[in-house]
Amino acid sequence: MNDQNARREFVITWIIKLSGYSSILFVCLIFFFLLREGLPALVDTSLASLFGTRWYPIENYFGILPLVLGSLVVTLGALLISVPLGLITAIYISEVASRWEKEILKPLIELLAGLPSVVLGFLGILVLVPFLRRFLDLPTGLTALAGSILLGLIAIPTIVSISEDALNSVPHSYREASLALGATRWQTIWRSTLPAARSGVLTAIMLGVGRAIGETMAVMMVTGNAPVMPQGLQALFRPVRTMTATIASEMGEVANGSPHYHVLFFIGIVLFVFSLVVNITASSISNQRRKRSERLLS
Amino acid sequence: MKVLATLIATLIVALLAGCSQPGAAKSGATPNPSAYIQNKGSDTMVNLALAWAERYQQKHAQVSLSVTGGGSGTGITSLLNGTVDIANASRAITAAEIQTAKTNGFEPVEFSVARDAIAVIVNPENPVKHLSLQQLSQIYRGEINNWQVVGGENRPIVRLSRETNSGTHVYFLETVIRLGNSNDKAIFSADTLLLPSSEGIIAELRDNPNAIGYDGLGYVTPEVKVIAVSKQDGGPYILPSAATVDDKTYPIARDLYMYTHGQPSGAIKDYLDWVVSPEAQQIVTDLGFVPIIKK
Repeated sequence: MNDQNARREFVITWIIKLSGYSSILFVCLIFFFLLREGLPALVDTSLASLFGTRWYPIENYFGILPLVLGSLVVTLGALLISVPLGLITAIYISEVASRWEKEILKPLIELLAGLPSVVLGFLGILVLVPFLRRFLDLPTGLTALAGSILLGLIAIPTIVSISEDALNSVPHSYREASLALGATRWQTIWRSTLPAARSGVLTAIMLGVGRAIGETMAVMMVTGNAPVMPQGLQALFRPVRTMTATIASEMGEVANGSPHYHVLFFIGIVLFVFSLVVNITASSISNQRRKRSERLLS
Repeated sequence: MKVLATLIATLIVALLAGCSQPGAAKSGATPNPSAYIQNKGSDTMVNLALAWAERYQQKHAQVSLSVTGGGSGTGITSLLNGTVDIANASRAITAAEIQTAKTNGFEPVEFSVARDAIAVIVNPENPVKHLSLQQLSQIYRGEINNWQVVGGENRPIVRLSRETNSGTHVYFLETVIRLGNSNDKAIFSADTLLLPSSEGIIAELRDNPNAIGYDGLGYVTPEVKVIAVSKQDGGPYILPSAATVDDKTYPIARDLYMYTHGQPSGAIKDYLDWVVSPEAQQIVTDLGFVPIIKK
């Protein structure tokens, strides 16, 4: 009987262990596949061509610079929109809202997270793009800004729910101490609660960035996909082409093993490295938080 | 989006094939088709090929047709690999592809099945009525950037195009931007918006008076304005239509092809014969393409 239990325990432990390790295995396999398919791009095309400024693959122009910068412009714009909005929403839900407001607001914001990005893109084409063109008097509304606004909407739920958790985990005594010292409610939020939750809020922002940079469909539908080199701040009001949109729209037709195919995988590597950096930054920040709160408890 | 369209197209054919024999369906078994024809290729032609397949299967229950899109290049590659019976293409097969076919041990046979005009389209508010090929080339190369230069209002020009994987994109590049000169290496201006679908182009044109775009005549809706085009500066300016494509006065028109694995026989031959019949060519007209035979 005991023996049988031990055997069962052993099998279950291994199943759990295997499923734990399998995700590491999958990430490694994906990364090796990306390297195997993408690195030949360095041989197929000269480095000067790969880091050139013109992307027109059917005539062998493989400059990925406008695509990388395009992704950065759109993501940066999304941050400018989602960080203030998301943070203020989180503060409101956690610090100001009454119980019933909280109960309505939280599920609604989570619903926004569940909205398929293609639906957002569709609304973007029909409503946002014409509005931007008229309101800002632009040549066309299909711009980086339109993509940034949609990506901002996509990143907001992530930022809100994670930073709201961080704010909630700030001990109540902090707020009470601050209020007891005569600080106003606003001073308490701004000077003591928010700084105490800083690392959790930074994690939320990094995860929001990760969500934004990998998004494809909504961006492809509203940014116009013109591979122009962004120049200065006005780049936000011009069309751009992102890395994700390029892979999505060109992978379907590309001949297996051609230079174009390898370059698309090379873009995949660049994208992978971007989100790796973002995730590592996010997790190192949240690890820091754990250490500090441990210190506080001791 | 393309994959989705293809999937839906296949489903519709499958459904219609099932629906056309309600009696057989009731008996619990779909009729056993004696012939199964695989048809794949050009996205421009997918609606047309689908309409043909539906009509043909209504009349010939023993033949089963499957139609998928994916692009002209994809269709021809599949034919070379032997996975389809008929490839649809909105461009002629290239010398390199013929060479591959020969090394694979067969000769692809070409059938012209319809013609298609590529319409240059703008917003209805845009007062410009006509452009020459030379002007279009300069616009898309990025040399003309304001509508004033070509007789319009003082507005910036926003260039729209399909993605680079579209056969229509390649045809426009060769015929309009390079004016048919194969030594010309000019390409689309970098700020040309590359939109993933015809719907995207129409949506932007409907709304934006700065924009110019192009698409197959069959996809043009009444919400946009078609521009008359001339071969030489100064005219004559010709609007795309069945008549002007037929008499070759409209300069941006092309043949649509079907390719087979050697000379066709049996059911495939019967189908291709039917495709150029008056009945099938009426469907061509109905869908906004140009028939290859006169009624």
